[in-house]
Amino acid sequence: MSTATLPTTGPSAWDRVRSYTPSSKYYPVLATTALFIGMFGIGSLRFEGFGDPQVFLSLLLDNSFLIVLAVGMTFVILTGGIDLSVGSVVALSTMIAAKTLEMGWSPYLAIVAVLAAGTLLGLLMGLLIHYFDIQPFIATLAGMFLARGLCYIISIEAIPIRDQTFSDWAFKTVNLPGGYYIGYTSVIALLTVAVAVWVLARTRFGRTVYAIGGSESSALLMGLKVASTKVGVYVISGFCAALGGLLFALYTLSGYSLNAVGMELDAIAAVVIGGTLLTGGRGLVIGSLVGVLVLGIIQTFISFDGTLSSWWTRIVIGLLVLVFVVIQRVATRRQS
Amino acid sequence: MTTTDTDPQTDGAAAPRPAPDTAPSAGVPVVEMQGISITFGAVRALDQVSLRLFPGEVHALMGENGAGKSTMIKALTGVYTIDSGRIVVGGEQVEFGTPAASQAAGISTVYQEVNLVTNLTVAENMMLGREPRRFGGINTRAMNRKAGETLQRLGLDVDPASVLGDHPIAVQQLVAIARAVDVEARVLILDEPTSSLDADEVAKLFEVMRTLRDDGVAIVFVSHFLDQIYEISDRMTILRNGRLVEERMVSETSQLELVKLMIGRELEALEQIDREVAATDSADTGAPVMKVLGLSRKGSLETTDLELHEGEVVGLAGLLGSGRTELARLLFGADTADTGEVQFRSERRRLRSPRHAIDRKVAFSSEDRKAEGVIGDLTVADNMLLALQASRGWLRPIPQSTRTTLVQEYIEKLDIRPADPQALMRNLSGGNQQKVLLARWLITQPEVLILDEPTRGIDIGAKAQIQATVADLARQGLSVVFISAELEEVLRLSDRLVVMRDRRKIAERRNDGLSVSDVLEIIAGEARQDQEAHPRD
Repeated sequence: MSTATLPTTGPSAWDRVRSYTPSSKYYPVLATTALFIGMFGIGSLRFEGFGDPQVFLSLLLDNSFLIVLAVGMTFVILTGGIDLSVGSVVALSTMIAAKTLEMGWSPYLAIVAVLAAGTLLGLLMGLLIHYFDIQPFIATLAGMFLARGLCYIISIEAIPIRDQTFSDWAFKTVNLPGGYYIGYTSVIALLTVAVAVWVLARTRFGRTVYAIGGSESSALLMGLKVASTKVGVYVISGFCAALGGLLFALYTLSGYSLNAVGMELDAIAAVVIGGTLLTGGRGLVIGSLVGVLVLGIIQTFISFDGTLSSWWTRIVIGLLVLVFVVIQRVATRRQS
Repeated sequence: MTTTDTDPQTDGAAAPRPAPDTAPSAGVPVVEMQGISITFGAVRALDQVSLRLFPGEVHALMGENGAGKSTMIKALTGVYTIDSGRIVVGGEQVEFGTPAASQAAGISTVYQEVNLVTNLTVAENMMLGREPRRFGGINTRAMNRKAGETLQRLGLDVDPASVLGDHPIAVQQLVAIARAVDVEARVLILDEPTSSLDADEVAKLFEVMRTLRDDGVAIVFVSHFLDQIYEISDRMTILRNGRLVEERMVSETSQLELVKLMIGRELEALEQIDREVAATDSADTGAPVMKVLGLSRKGSLETTDLELHEGEVVGLAGLLGSGRTELARLLFGADTADTGEVQFRSERRRLRSPRHAIDRKVAFSSEDRKAEGVIGDLTVADNMLLALQASRGWLRPIPQSTRTTLVQEYIEKLDIRPADPQALMRNLSGGNQQKVLLARWLITQPEVLILDEPTRGIDIGAKAQIQATVADLARQGLSVVFISAELEEVLRLSDRLVVMRDRRKIAERRNDGLSVSDVLEIIAGEARQDQEAHPRD
């Protein structure tokens, strides 16, 4: 870039910037980002204080667990699968964390237990789906009931988390210039996104995920590791769900069986709004991040407004998902 | 005839070949498959078949559809597990559980259907599974460069960073070959690689094959085009009905001999059909059954008129993309026309859905039998009765006795094998699947039958049977629209020939002794100038 400033030959840097057209795979993400910026802009104009960067940073804080869930869900959906268990796994994770801490476990051990439980459940579902050729919908539906049921075995009542380390993490923040701050949980969520972006774009595993979504039988005939990759995405989703559960436990500082009911659907909605095709093979983790932010900003909008019922969130999400799915359908039909 | 001692022939045949390479390296096969048997359900797909592949040779695997070629290939590539027999690669007995294991042993395959993923880039499709890596991650730039080099070596002008799905099927097929070449395989298997390529691309492919052969790669080549087999192959193994017939040198086998070996005693039947078909050419044509006035659809067909008489076979000839298929789809209402109407006997109307056409006894067999015809998980009987049941409506089931008789009748009439109504459709070979589809429409007793590429990718025996059936039906008064990329076939069957080009009808001729070169001349007329103006991309 630095050499391009010489006014000798060839197009200048500005020319290159101007003539840059993004690859078509970025269109959905750009559309979602534009939507987010538009909503943020409208909010800033309508409500005082909406445009404060801290509002944006709170979005990350309030939705950190959903971001992590959506990352895991993106892996699964990219292979053409679905994971309905993540909401229940979040609840189970909060329960395991709360219960083990109540029993006096070290917080680190509790974290290991939570992550291991989620990963193991993901592994089981993945093995079922691949080796017994069970529909992902059914296998993860079973996982959803199982995880939710296990919550009640641990406790029917909510269990508060009083562990000092946990509350420290929950309230600790990283200070940013200008007096703004960002929570630890947001940092973890963003790190998860970064790792996922790298894995999907730059590793064989990640590219195989896309290949399976494009055509599983072709991927198999190309000699790719279809089995381990297909199981792997459910392991990742299970791990992400458990991690999301930990963030949720930090957010609420309690464990409760009825936590996160239906959150798997929010995660799926975020992934779809982020431009990932439900049939697999197309989509980006960044899109899912922006998708979660879009869902979050709708809620912020409603809380700033004060007169709208919170159910409007659902209505808007429903409409958005519908619009995005139709746009995707039209776009893919034109390509084929 | 079964395999006897063929080794003496081997040595004798290597000498007269014009190829610069010497005799196969001391006659040691790189791959030896011995006594391979595979069974699917009740169907014995392979029965004690052996195959030897020598380095530096192109080996043609010959046989009709259902002879077991694809099964043999999939046994070698680890897609199917073998029931008995053994595979020896480079002197070591191996067991391939997965395609990956086979690839690791240096066996690389290009399948008939392009088995790549269209949502990734050309480079990724070529390199996936063995991308160059840096810092633990894939080095995209190096991958694109490496893929670009391979493409260039094959003379392909394709941007490695472009998405594969944006390219036509022919390019995708060549990319699949590029992928196979890039692994530096010891054995390269090409299963019908030429079916979607044009003459130039085939020539290019053959060039690549020769280079690889001279480098000592053993190439397995499967093709239905006998001329191509003779042009490129050194040795061939002939299969029939899942059994080994013989291994031979190509230079010592005449085409006639080969066909005899492939289809066995059915050759006489084929010749007889030929005579019968020739006899119908002079048949008189009756009143118009279907009349098309000014049919057009934006982007697929310019205004076209067509008349179809009773008992007449109208052949649609033209290159791929000339509008043949588009016209057929409009005739059936599978696509809706922008202008024009279709007249059935005296009734005029616009076709808005296939239902309108089916109600007027028009039947359409699509060119894409895999996607638009065959339902693999249903039985032969179910597949056959589908159209009849649909036209009756779901509330009036076909009585079991009628079902049995109808299915049995058509299985016999069209010689569908295996002759088991309960066999699963996906276990049938392409030719037999096509016959079941033909039966599906014949059962509805149509007056007009539109056949789009009914013989593509199927073997000579099944082809001849389908042609004979079509000729026979026309004699009984059925009107047929016949589409095929093979001009010989169109000419052989048609009473009248409609030549298409650039999405419109450019000529209509009575087929009184038209030859292939006559038709090519009609097509080439403007096309040649056209091509010079817009070279193929």
